[in-house]
Amino acid sequence: MAILEVADVNKRFGGLHALHHLNLQVEEGTTHAIIGPNGAGKSTLLNCFVGRLIPETGSVTFNDASLLGLKPHQINQLGVSRVFQTPEIFEDLSVLENVMIPAFAKADGAFRINAWQRMESRAEICDEAKHILEEMGLVEQREVLSSTLSRGDKRRLELAMCLIQHPKLLLLDEPTAGMSRADTNNTIELLKGISEHGITKIIIEHDMHVVFSLADRISVLAQGTVIAEGTPDEIKGDPKVIEAYLGGELG
Amino acid sequence: MFGNSSRADWIMLIAFSAFVLAAPILLKPFGAAYPDLLQKFAIYGIFAIGFNILFGLTGYLSFGHAAFLGVGSYASVWMFKLFTMNVIPAVLFSIVVAGLFAYIIGFVSLRRSGIYFSILTLAFAQMSYNLAYSVLTPITNGETGLQVRQLVPADRAADYVFILRDEDLRWVDQAFGVVEEGIPITNLFGMKMSGYPGFYFCAVLLILGFFIAMRIARSNFGMVLKAIKSNQNRLSYTGVNTRPYLLAAFVISGMYAGLAGALLAVTDPLAGAERMQWTASGEVVLMTILGGAGTLLGPVLGAGIIKYFENIFSSINDTVLENVFSFLPTTLQEISIAVTSMFVGEGWHLTLGLMFMIIVIFLPGGLMQGLNHLIGLFKRKISTKSVSADSSG
Ligand SMILES: Nc1ncnc2c1ncn2[C@@H]1O[C@H](COP(=O)(O)OP(=O)(O)O)[C@@H](O)[C@H]1O
Ligand SMILES: [Mg+2]
Repeated sequence: MAILEVADVNKRFGGLHALHHLNLQVEEGTTHAIIGPNGAGKSTLLNCFVGRLIPETGSVTFNDASLLGLKPHQINQLGVSRVFQTPEIFEDLSVLENVMIPAFAKADGAFRINAWQRMESRAEICDEAKHILEEMGLVEQREVLSSTLSRGDKRRLELAMCLIQHPKLLLLDEPTAGMSRADTNNTIELLKGISEHGITKIIIEHDMHVVFSLADRISVLAQGTVIAEGTPDEIKGDPKVIEAYLGGELG
Repeated sequence: MFGNSSRADWIMLIAFSAFVLAAPILLKPFGAAYPDLLQKFAIYGIFAIGFNILFGLTGYLSFGHAAFLGVGSYASVWMFKLFTMNVIPAVLFSIVVAGLFAYIIGFVSLRRSGIYFSILTLAFAQMSYNLAYSVLTPITNGETGLQVRQLVPADRAADYVFILRDEDLRWVDQAFGVVEEGIPITNLFGMKMSGYPGFYFCAVLLILGFFIAMRIARSNFGMVLKAIKSNQNRLSYTGVNTRPYLLAAFVISGMYAGLAGALLAVTDPLAGAERMQWTASGEVVLMTILGGAGTLLGPVLGAGIIKYFENIFSSINDTVLENVFSFLPTTLQEISIAVTSMFVGEGWHLTLGLMFMIIVIFLPGGLMQGLNHLIGLFKRKISTKSVSADSSG
């Protein structure tokens, strides 16, 4: 069953046709990679999923409900979490607080004033936050200000912020960019691990090692439209893809 | 048992309370230990604490908070005129009215953020100020201001239900047979709210206000407010609907301002529109930034310091200066007086401006940043001393 269905989406920026009659189907429980050259429209597509942009035409359906016109927090409450291309975290808060806020948003909903309870007093949330930070290798740094983290650590923190919400659909925009080889491999293992929980993932990635280690299906985007789609093996052998994008890398 | 406050917080609260309650003794060396001034410290401290819940935690800079101060004062004086000189109903009513008013202004202003939000709040406050002078004169008594007056003679009371410029009704007090001679002053169940009792009433509310602000800052709600300041966009992609949180913070800070306005009316039962002017809104911004926005103690400290220096500098006049510079030859004396008189009396705002510039440039985190820095230095000195003592011994 398709958990996410994108049909005939168009998005223009002035004269630029960033998304052009785009169609995409993501099956529940799979890892779907979206690859393509810079400026192909990959991030723009994710923006249309999370309510940052509204396409001019077409539909985006998640679990049979339209996402178009919903506010970002409503979409998140439906179970869609996103890691941004440049890390978006709460730089003035501690690492632990960064992870607890999404946990509270999941537990308490989009708005609930809880002005009398100390945040650490919700033991189950605190424990889970520490557990996730442990998995990410950030537990030692949980009290430090998140702005002091390295770029790779910030990415992992953002991933932790998404994972603590147990999303149904996880959107990852270049989650390993700026990471060392070792950190990248760690992240691959981690993402493989969460597949076992049945989380559907859409991953945008330039690193083909990451793509081929994780993806069940791959869509190739060029100039705002899907030019090829298939299993990793099909994509590797597709001459259109090699021409449009992979070129030197695989050939 | 103690809910959300840690040990350090309780120590801070107890130290703060002790300082406030002992202020009449502790501030004597500074010449600030008289009830009128102490009361001002407490009232503007409350105003700044409330303002900090909005500005310090969420980063939304309101330039219109004096409107809530003014509304609080008007609401209190009306309670005094219509019902009773007891301060409790007046204080409660002011908080509620200021909260409702803040809800309306916040609801509209919070559709924008950043500078547009600031301008919207400023516009609303100036509108309120102008309305108080024009169409709302039946409620505000225009330029004269709303004041507590003598009672209406009983035989004419029926004519006075709505127009009460020069004479009051005080239904509740009359029903209880309170005898008034001349214009009465406010009271707390018979205890007159002037002098030290008046100060202690404000002081207790200041401590209560501080306690509530502390709990808010340490709660889940406070954490979300800080996250709004840090990255509001991220917060919405995290599933948090930020607007109602902001509105709640706005209303709470408006209620603090309403309380401060009520207390101003308690000390002096008179409300005028100038209390809503933009300069008054700007003052609370200065207090908060000067003391340290986002810190718990900073706003109170900033309020105290500004009111203290205002009191000193604005009371200095040319005669005082002549005495100070009397040791100089005549021409030098005249020049010195001419220069310094720009900074005192009416010109005290020039001093305030300079003070503010120096603090913002050298201590962008406000006085609390400087204080924490000093404490840090002091601690390090002590620890190095004890280390060297250990190694030598
Ligand atoms: N908010 C925007 N306004 C104008 N142009 C944009 C905006 N976002 C993206 N674009 C343009 O749309 C195209 C696709 O961008 P993007 O989706 O970021 O590509 P990528 O596939 O590298 O993630 C690019 O040419 C980019 O310059
Ligand atoms: Mg991109």
